[in-house]
Amino acid sequence: MASWSTDDLKAALARDLPGVLAAYLPPQLSAPAEPRKKGAQAPVDLLSTQDALIHPHCIADVARYLRDTHSYTLLTNLTAVDYLRDNVIELVYHFARVDGGVLTVKTRVPREAPTLPSLAPTWPGADFQEREAYDLYGVIFQGHQNLRRIYMWDEFEGFPMRKDFPKQGDKYIGEGE
Amino acid sequence: MLKTQELQLNIGPQHPSTHGVFRLIATIDGETVIDLKPVFGYLHRNHEQIAEVSTYIQIMPFTDRLDYFNSMANNFGYALAVEKLAGIEVPQRANYIRVLMAELTRILNHAAAIGFMLNDMGAWQTPLAFGMREREKILDLFEMASGARMMCNYFRFGGIWRDLPPEFLPQLQGLMQGLPTFFDEFERLLKQNEILLGRSVDVGILPKEVAASYSVTGPMLRASGIAYDLRRADGYSVYPELDFDIPVGAVGDVYDRFLVRLAEMRESYRILQQVIERLPETTGGHINPAMASMNKQKSLRPPPGDAYGRVESPKGELGFYLVSDGSDTPYRYKVRAPSFINLTPLGDMCRGHTVADVVVILGSIDIVMGEVDR
Repeated sequence: MASWSTDDLKAALARDLPGVLAAYLPPQLSAPAEPRKKGAQAPVDLLSTQDALIHPHCIADVARYLRDTHSYTLLTNLTAVDYLRDNVIELVYHFARVDGGVLTVKTRVPREAPTLPSLAPTWPGADFQEREAYDLYGVIFQGHQNLRRIYMWDEFEGFPMRKDFPKQGDKYIGEGE
Repeated sequence: MLKTQELQLNIGPQHPSTHGVFRLIATIDGETVIDLKPVFGYLHRNHEQIAEVSTYIQIMPFTDRLDYFNSMANNFGYALAVEKLAGIEVPQRANYIRVLMAELTRILNHAAAIGFMLNDMGAWQTPLAFGMREREKILDLFEMASGARMMCNYFRFGGIWRDLPPEFLPQLQGLMQGLPTFFDEFERLLKQNEILLGRSVDVGILPKEVAASYSVTGPMLRASGIAYDLRRADGYSVYPELDFDIPVGAVGDVYDRFLVRLAEMRESYRILQQVIERLPETTGGHINPAMASMNKQKSLRPPPGDAYGRVESPKGELGFYLVSDGSDTPYRYKVRAPSFINLTPLGDMCRGHTVADVVVILGSIDIVMGEVDR
């Protein structure tokens, strides 16, 4: 079986798991944009994507479907991306097959309540990666047995990779001194 | 029956056998490990966030510091991801030189990894010295080509920094003549060694299905019997034109990982032979002419979008996920570090073994804390 393209994936998901694919809604680009980086062009619609976009509560079903039915056995990579302007955190999953081919599945959760099911119970390889996404972005993976900070120390407050986390100064030094 | 009591034992963060600043919390009953939790983050420097405020080419030298044993492989993965994002072509000659560097890196990494693993078994320094001796010769070649021994920063988008100097190939030929002897010698020294067999056979077994569910990659996955090698699966760069085998293990224990690494060094040697043979006939320069000037590299602005580029680094799948917003710095930059994810099954592999075995199992994973903590 040849490896899938993005369109194959979307067709298969629409056929076998109806209702998991989420529609992409273009955001209001007229909304006040964050300060532009030097040299950047007009505001870019960062959320437009060709990849399969699914509802967050379906991620475990989709993952199981890809693994058990189509032998995408390796959950290679799990990434969180903070889209501050659009107020969403996007989770990007890469599934790989041993004989070649990698699929991208994306899902979006609101920044204020970034919660979605964990893949760690059935896919232990997701364990550390979900902890990393929790530590740096504050994404809550429901069902994860040990969702604790992995890089930062336990007492740390805030999620340092979020785009609105202060990039300069150390809010911990000087406090109460 | 003797009544026993559980005890929590801290190994690390500063311990010679933890390969860096890395801590293991072991729950032990007598000498037997019941539970093991790895704790890391001591070297966390938020590499990914630094990247979000650096231009694309500025990140290249940072990738050297991820897995500081294999800077060339890290450069390769990052260059591949950016080229995918920006749609940059790489000339054939540059591709061959890239593969040459990547395979030299694999040999030096495996030679050192086996040496360090034997260090952990108590064969203090002798096997490591054999590995380090070859590594030194390869580092000399890297220095000749890139100017630096370890932090090479040799790759550029669309090719490499500069072509090989004229004295490179003769010296590489000299190294190649010695390599088979080194492999044989290394193998003769270790393969049938009573102590190595006793310490590694049936220790830290990772069965096939478990290894896959843990997303383990690289020599660890192959030792468990799954022939997953991105050089074959993805066929990136010029690997489809090259002839090599993917060694796999049978059981997935520490001894298999050792054997797979030995065999992979020989396969890399085969690839190197083919590359050296074809290098004079390759077409194109060392870099895509459209990207040759440093200004072009500095002002690179990939179109908005995302890309995931991955290579088979000596430790496993090294992936870079990049999101571009059309500016000169990445909007998101994520490293899928092989040593980090290969650590996930450590607790499962160690359960039921003795504390002394934990050290050997950790050694067989071949981690580098620069990459685990990022």
